[in-house]
Amino acid sequence: MVFIIGAISIGITFLYGCIGEILTEKSGHLNLGIPGIMTFGAAGGCVGVSLYMGGLSDPNNASWFFLILFSILTAALFAAALGAIYSFLTVSLRANQNITGLAITTFGVGLSMFLMESTVDKTYFAKASTYFVKSLPFAEKLGWFGELFLSHGVLVYLAITLALLMAWVLNKTRVGLHLRAVGENPATADAAGINVTVYKYVATCTGSAIAGVGGLFYVMDYLNGSWEYGIEAMGWLAIALVIFTMWRPNLSILGSFLFGGLYIAAEFIVGASSSQKELLKLLPYVVTIVVLIITSVLDSKENQPPAALGLSYFREER
Amino acid sequence: MNNSEREKTVREPLFHIEKRGDISRKKGLLIRGIAILAALIVSGVFSAILLKGNPFVFYEKIIDGAVGTERRIWNLLRETALLLGVALAIVPAFKMKFWNLGGNGQVLVGCLATTACMFYFGGKVPLGLLIVFMMLAGVIAGAIWALIPAIFKAQWKTNESLFTLMMNYIAEGLVAFFLTIWVKTGSGVLNPMRDYKVPEVINSSFIPIIVIVLLTAAMYIYLKYSKQGYEISVVGESENTARYVGINVKKVVIRTLIISGAICGLVGFLLSGAIHGTVSKATHGGMGFTAIMVAWLAKFNPLIMAGTSFFVVFLERGVAEASSYFGVTNTAFPDIVTSIIFFFIIGCEFFIQYRLRFRAKKKSGIAAEKTVVKAEKKDSVEVSEESDDSAKAKKEDKA
Amino acid sequence: MQETVALELKGVSKYFGSVVANKNVDLTVHSGEILAILGENGSGKTTLMNMISGIYFPDEGQIFVGGEEVVIRSPQDAFRYKIGMIHQHFKLVDVFTAAQNIVLGVKESADYKGAYRSAFVDENGEKLTRSKCKSFFVGLKNVFTKWKKNRYKLKKVNEKVTAIAVKYGFHIDPKKKIYDMSVSEKQTVEIVKVLYRGADILILDEPTAVLTPQETQRLFDVLRRMREDGKSIIIITHKLHEVLSLSDRVAVLRKGEYVGTVETKETDEAELTEMMVGKKVTLNIERSEPKDVCDRLIVDKLNCKNREGVKVLDNVSFTARAGEILGIAGIAGSGQRELLEAIAGLQDLEEGEITYIDPKSEERVNLRHKTPLQIRELGVRLSFVPEDRLGMGLVGNMDIIDNMMLRSYQKGRSMFVDRKQPEKLAETIIADLEVVTPNTHTPVRRLSGGNVQKVLVGREISSAPKVLMAAYPVRGLDINSSYTIYNLLNRQKENGTAVIFVGEDLDVLIELCDRIMVIGSGRITGIVDGRTAKKEEIGLLMTKTEETEENLEEKEEAHE
Repeated sequence: MVFIIGAISIGITFLYGCIGEILTEKSGHLNLGIPGIMTFGAAGGCVGVSLYMGGLSDPNNASWFFLILFSILTAALFAAALGAIYSFLTVSLRANQNITGLAITTFGVGLSMFLMESTVDKTYFAKASTYFVKSLPFAEKLGWFGELFLSHGVLVYLAITLALLMAWVLNKTRVGLHLRAVGENPATADAAGINVTVYKYVATCTGSAIAGVGGLFYVMDYLNGSWEYGIEAMGWLAIALVIFTMWRPNLSILGSFLFGGLYIAAEFIVGASSSQKELLKLLPYVVTIVVLIITSVLDSKENQPPAALGLSYFREER
Repeated sequence: MNNSEREKTVREPLFHIEKRGDISRKKGLLIRGIAILAALIVSGVFSAILLKGNPFVFYEKIIDGAVGTERRIWNLLRETALLLGVALAIVPAFKMKFWNLGGNGQVLVGCLATTACMFYFGGKVPLGLLIVFMMLAGVIAGAIWALIPAIFKAQWKTNESLFTLMMNYIAEGLVAFFLTIWVKTGSGVLNPMRDYKVPEVINSSFIPIIVIVLLTAAMYIYLKYSKQGYEISVVGESENTARYVGINVKKVVIRTLIISGAICGLVGFLLSGAIHGTVSKATHGGMGFTAIMVAWLAKFNPLIMAGTSFFVVFLERGVAEASSYFGVTNTAFPDIVTSIIFFFIIGCEFFIQYRLRFRAKKKSGIAAEKTVVKAEKKDSVEVSEESDDSAKAKKEDKA
Repeated sequence: MQETVALELKGVSKYFGSVVANKNVDLTVHSGEILAILGENGSGKTTLMNMISGIYFPDEGQIFVGGEEVVIRSPQDAFRYKIGMIHQHFKLVDVFTAAQNIVLGVKESADYKGAYRSAFVDENGEKLTRSKCKSFFVGLKNVFTKWKKNRYKLKKVNEKVTAIAVKYGFHIDPKKKIYDMSVSEKQTVEIVKVLYRGADILILDEPTAVLTPQETQRLFDVLRRMREDGKSIIIITHKLHEVLSLSDRVAVLRKGEYVGTVETKETDEAELTEMMVGKKVTLNIERSEPKDVCDRLIVDKLNCKNREGVKVLDNVSFTARAGEILGIAGIAGSGQRELLEAIAGLQDLEEGEITYIDPKSEERVNLRHKTPLQIRELGVRLSFVPEDRLGMGLVGNMDIIDNMMLRSYQKGRSMFVDRKQPEKLAETIIADLEVVTPNTHTPVRRLSGGNVQKVLVGREISSAPKVLMAAYPVRGLDINSSYTIYNLLNRQKENGTAVIFVGEDLDVLIELCDRIMVIGSGRITGIVDGRTAKKEEIGLLMTKTEETEENLEEKEEAHE
């Protein structure tokens, strides 16, 4: 039980990163900056937390609602700012997406490091974290059901809602249809009168913002308010998870829990020596590789990445 | 881009983008020069704001930090050599459009294998033989680490960028694993094995530098004049053409990646065997990623890469010193400044490939019909360069 | 018939860098007429149309729709003025259904603000006083109902699509995915897409290039029906007989410049050709009688499946003879590419034999299971000009010298490449074939289409091939370059080479080839004599398999 809850908990970090990246990739952009964006989003959330808590006369009186809302907003804003730099370079300036992404990751991690080590006041993080992990009412009264489904912090439910919402938008709405067209065949979308640039910008920045909230979740919920740079590794796994779940936000909910389980498996195996634990920690990476291999060997017509993923679009290309 | 102008009442787009036919080498260099200059200014000002210091002092400290003492110069050269080494490893793979993001891991397994030789054979075999072992082990380990994703890429087109990325983490995990075995205290830190290192000539930096200089020349010749180098270019440009002329694409992919990984392994050998005498999860220093950008900036030309890696290392080391002068001792600033430089240089490629044409504003409906397009190439480039700067500066200010 | 002017261009120009794509073009289109735009490849027809449909933005000039000046900055703008374009390379998303593609980009014109305000305004449009005002929630509800009505519902789209199809006599299945469709079906989707948006001015870019003669007739019928419906149709083509049979007027472009417009009734092929090329031309292909014909390449029962497991070559057998041009006709994508690639050693075959007969020793060499390299090592002189010039035959980013090396760099044991020989070859080809290029170090992608093709064909014939295969070698070339290529092929034939020519223009095939083999859905449906064959006959053969297959399927279904 503890294992499952732990898996869900860490899995949510992956889920945020994964659905953020799915949204970006659906517009035809492979954003390898997600690790940096998640880190920077976390830093942004921390800035929000410390600003809010620091601004209160009595930090014990913090409002649950405003604390979380404010920190989500700052996390999303910071992350979206990096997403905007990425989109400016790759959409408007048509720069190579892989290179830009890597530079964004370096930039995001560097900036976060500066912010967290030098400016942000970490005093209230532990306190603030209690608000993030606060479970739903009745959770304790409903036994295993409550523990499994209701005991999580609010960001967990937000992530799942976002994933389901994204699945609905992508498959059932006009906007989703247009976005998919942009990622599949921008020239077609353009000729059909869809504003390719706007779709790409919005998808990339929104995706980044979502991933940034994932960073916030990791620090405030999973780590209970202690800062750590492991978010970068989370980001890479989140990108791998996109492939694992075949670009489907609804599948990624389950996928992320599975990844979460693998990630914490090492801690839950009784009697493992420290060196064995080190090896067990490699599981998610190995599984990702196995998944990569399996999907490439199967090579089906559906379940493919957007056809124009990674390519810049220039209307007057001849 | 056109679309952002839509709300305005101007009836025609303010400017539009067109592809350049050709650009003179001089102009290309000029654009890149402007970009680097702009990047230096922006990153200087940006850092000065964050550090609350004087930007000119910041620049001064950068230079001082990079070349202020003899020791710093040696370190600068050594780090340049190592970064260049990884970049040289990356280049053949990237020329082939194989996105080897696994430089970190390939270097690290090289370090690990080298250190393992030192740990197990140190003192048991003569030093000369040991060094041969170490080098072989490092090179082979690196090659294997690159070979694994290469095989799957060749066979099933498995996505190599994510594969190699994961291999980085597995390499780090393996290092952690071996350290728990080797270090009985449980501290996870292996003390340098100074007695088994490659003997120093002048200092520990000299040999690595010489090795990399030779390697650079060899790689330049290999890529430009050898048949294998030609095959790499053909495969990279168009796999279909390669198939058409009878190049065995799979073979070329695998062969190239073995070379790529082996050079990474060699750098790992230099790092652990000649410089540090030990290994940790962070021995690779993130060079695998930085090297990609270094190689990219140099358009994959090994000789120019020597220049770009010097430039990047100069900044990294200089900025590290400068920011510690202002009281920030972690690696935040070198990262921030180098990535800002990268943004600008990646971005300026646009102005080399495309050109913005501004149109004269229309005065009235039908009268000024034949719009005169007066946009000297150079003007438009410079203007847009500025707008580029300001846009980015704004964004960064926000952050 | 004096119609109203639907669309007018005045002094429109467009430059790509230093290249003039269109210069000072004037054009008028009336409603209810079919205007043909005629011009050679590279004369700027498509660029001009792209400016009308919002893909490009003109550098100079004005566009008028229905008499009013308009600015078309994007395809949305074009739709607003009821202009729709059917591109030559279909702009469709492969993984979407027909209906999804059709509805793509259509804006819901819902006025949500108005819906909300309607809660505060009475029937006469007067503002309600605060007390009478229906509540905030009523406003929201109005917005919601509006939203619900306008919501994207594929079912509604499907119905509307079917209605359009019935009106103009199309056949279309809205739920079919694009990647399952034939070329002609895809084109139908494109046309319906434009009609769905209520376009009054339709632009079709080379719509018949990929169709069989029968499909072309069907398309023309539809276009005529639209003309009767009052729509203006602009059709881009370089096929004269189509112009003459379909259009009301013809506008001619040459090298980006507007030459003039003539009434179709008052003109003929000779005049149009002269307008197009700029001088009197008597271009015809001199077909010599085959000499010393003997079997060179025997293809026997080739079977091949593509990656999706669909059969692309089905029991293909034929013989290519030295001193002859064997033409291959068929709808695009009927297996032509796979067939040539199979011979060149680039396709995995399921079954079949490919036998090459050496001209000197009469020795029979089996080419199956051989890579291109092995084929060359066996001394088989086989050259191949593939359809995809810059993506397969040449490397666009490499210069001419490096491209010459592609075929020869492996020679010799040295580890290093020799650039001297290829340089000489490059210079020879540039001189002999009059390739226009700054120098031998220019990347080939910078060259114009005709010059690219000369470089490629020049390299392929430089090795004095015994078998020469060329897939669509004149696609996209202007008339003069095309004839250079035809002559090169003819010269090879006279030298005793077995030439295999895959073409799309049936008129050219009939004029050039000694024998024409027709391929349909991967099957050989007939081989006819080039000197006696009729176009209609070939057209029937091209579609023959489809129909017989359909019959077979029906039978099978009946069986089940």
